[in-house]
Amino acid sequence: MRALCWHGKQDIRCDTVPDPKIEHPRDAIIKVTSCAICGSDLHLYDNFMPGMENGDIMGHETMGIVEEVGSEVSNLKKGDRVVIPFTIFCGECDQCRRGNFSVCERSNRNKSLADKVFGHTTAGLFGYTHLTGGYPGGQAEYLRVPFADRTHIKVPGGIPDETLLFLSDIFPTGWQAAVQCDIQPDDTVAIWGCGPVGQFAIRSALLLGAKQVIAIDRVPERLAMAEAGGATVIDFSKESVVERLNELTRGKGPEKCIDCVGLEAHATATIDSMYDRAKQAVMLETDRPHVLREMMYVCRPAGVLSIPGVYGGLLDKVPFGMAMNKGLTFRMGQTHVNRWTDDLLRRIEQGQIDPSFVITHTVGLAEGPNMYKTFRDKLDGCIKVVLKP
Amino acid sequence: MSRPVIAPKHARALAQGLGWFSIGLGVAEVLMPHRVTRATGLHGHERLVASYGVREIATGIGLLTSRDPTPWLWGRVGGDALDIGTLAAGLRPANRDRERSGAALLAVLGVAALDLVCVLALKPSRRPPLPLADYRRRSGLPQPPGAMRGAASDFVVPADMRTPPALRWPAEAR
Repeated sequence: MRALCWHGKQDIRCDTVPDPKIEHPRDAIIKVTSCAICGSDLHLYDNFMPGMENGDIMGHETMGIVEEVGSEVSNLKKGDRVVIPFTIFCGECDQCRRGNFSVCERSNRNKSLADKVFGHTTAGLFGYTHLTGGYPGGQAEYLRVPFADRTHIKVPGGIPDETLLFLSDIFPTGWQAAVQCDIQPDDTVAIWGCGPVGQFAIRSALLLGAKQVIAIDRVPERLAMAEAGGATVIDFSKESVVERLNELTRGKGPEKCIDCVGLEAHATATIDSMYDRAKQAVMLETDRPHVLREMMYVCRPAGVLSIPGVYGGLLDKVPFGMAMNKGLTFRMGQTHVNRWTDDLLRRIEQGQIDPSFVITHTVGLAEGPNMYKTFRDKLDGCIKVVLKP
Repeated sequence: MSRPVIAPKHARALAQGLGWFSIGLGVAEVLMPHRVTRATGLHGHERLVASYGVREIATGIGLLTSRDPTPWLWGRVGGDALDIGTLAAGLRPANRDRERSGAALLAVLGVAALDLVCVLALKPSRRPPLPLADYRRRSGLPQPPGAMRGAASDFVVPADMRTPPALRWPAEAR
């Protein structure tokens, strides 16, 4: 089959690789009908995430048709239409029973490695670092789904792939980011980053009833899309984020702040990011935490910081004393996708939201390597890329 | 349109290499200006060479840290022009080390050619994005945002993600 494979920094290729096979009775094989490039794939593309190996298959936003199931998978059959969540989970461990699927204790097949690096393992993830299992991803013609009896979202026919695909990651990720804020009717929610997750966080905050949603970015088309979703926008290349947020909140600061940027904050926009980039270049730091610093500074005391943006390792000059003295609450983590998807699928079916709004590019798998660069460099007005294998 | 001499991917690697070269040369010029002037036949210009070293270090850091190395590469091309002018002055007959200046000039011309090849290979081929008006129509919502505010208020926030009452606004009456 054809698949997009990682071969090193900024080197993704469309290779021919062996078809996946059932390896365990709880596996399923799906024929991929649509998949997407995620912002967190770019951290692998830019080699900021340790634990990638030459030839790894990329991709964790995938949907398709069940082709084959293992002997212990009784709730799926050939021909079923499924969206595959990016988090692989067993559904039986202590964490899964609490709904904490992204920290499933059993699905990471490199558990001992993750135990050493993270202290305790997190869930296995598709198409990601070997710290999270090194499972082949879904930017391919076929995908093996481990723990398939739990790791799926069954979806009905009659709704286009483009409307359902993002149940795999970015829609529930934006949703969880807003839910973690426990939004109250008087809240101002400030959201850094108007990429795909930011766009869904904006709409989720609005649907959950925030009085005011403020979105921060510098890319004109992303800001325009944020405005379409009901946000007041701040272009950080033209105005001071701190001053504008204070103006918009009458000097109080936003009660809730969401970081949809993560470890690759714009490297040359601020002094502290330039400092971070210099330290990254000489391997004295792994992440550029400008957004975290800014959120800690602007957030109203006793507020909440919600962090769906991905961080990889070691962060420098994070003003934790400021956060402690302001009594801020931090909520973060990879998304517990299936905790939200029944509810979100219902909202899609009821017409409350159509997630396909975010798609700007649809191409074949062979075009994938070029689209990584287009997406990473925000060229051609690119916000979200869907691949059709 | 003519094709660049090297592929953009290789040009990026070359830009990184030029960044490290800049820093190495800059450090040498700042820390050992006498040795550099001796090697290039520019006796008496130690301060000038040290200031060029600061420029090289700054350019090198820029090349290694920025996502788009193009402006820094143009900075290097400008720096090359300065170096060429300075070394050309060293070719005057009165300079008894003019052969060294000539050799250094040849080396700088070679590096300048590399800088130019690299920056031209990185010239972006950017197609114009969709009109902004197209993005302004992409709400994903069935009604204007104002009408959709709170449409999901039937959602019950799980207990592990709720904000304690004492941290909510407006404050509850006691």
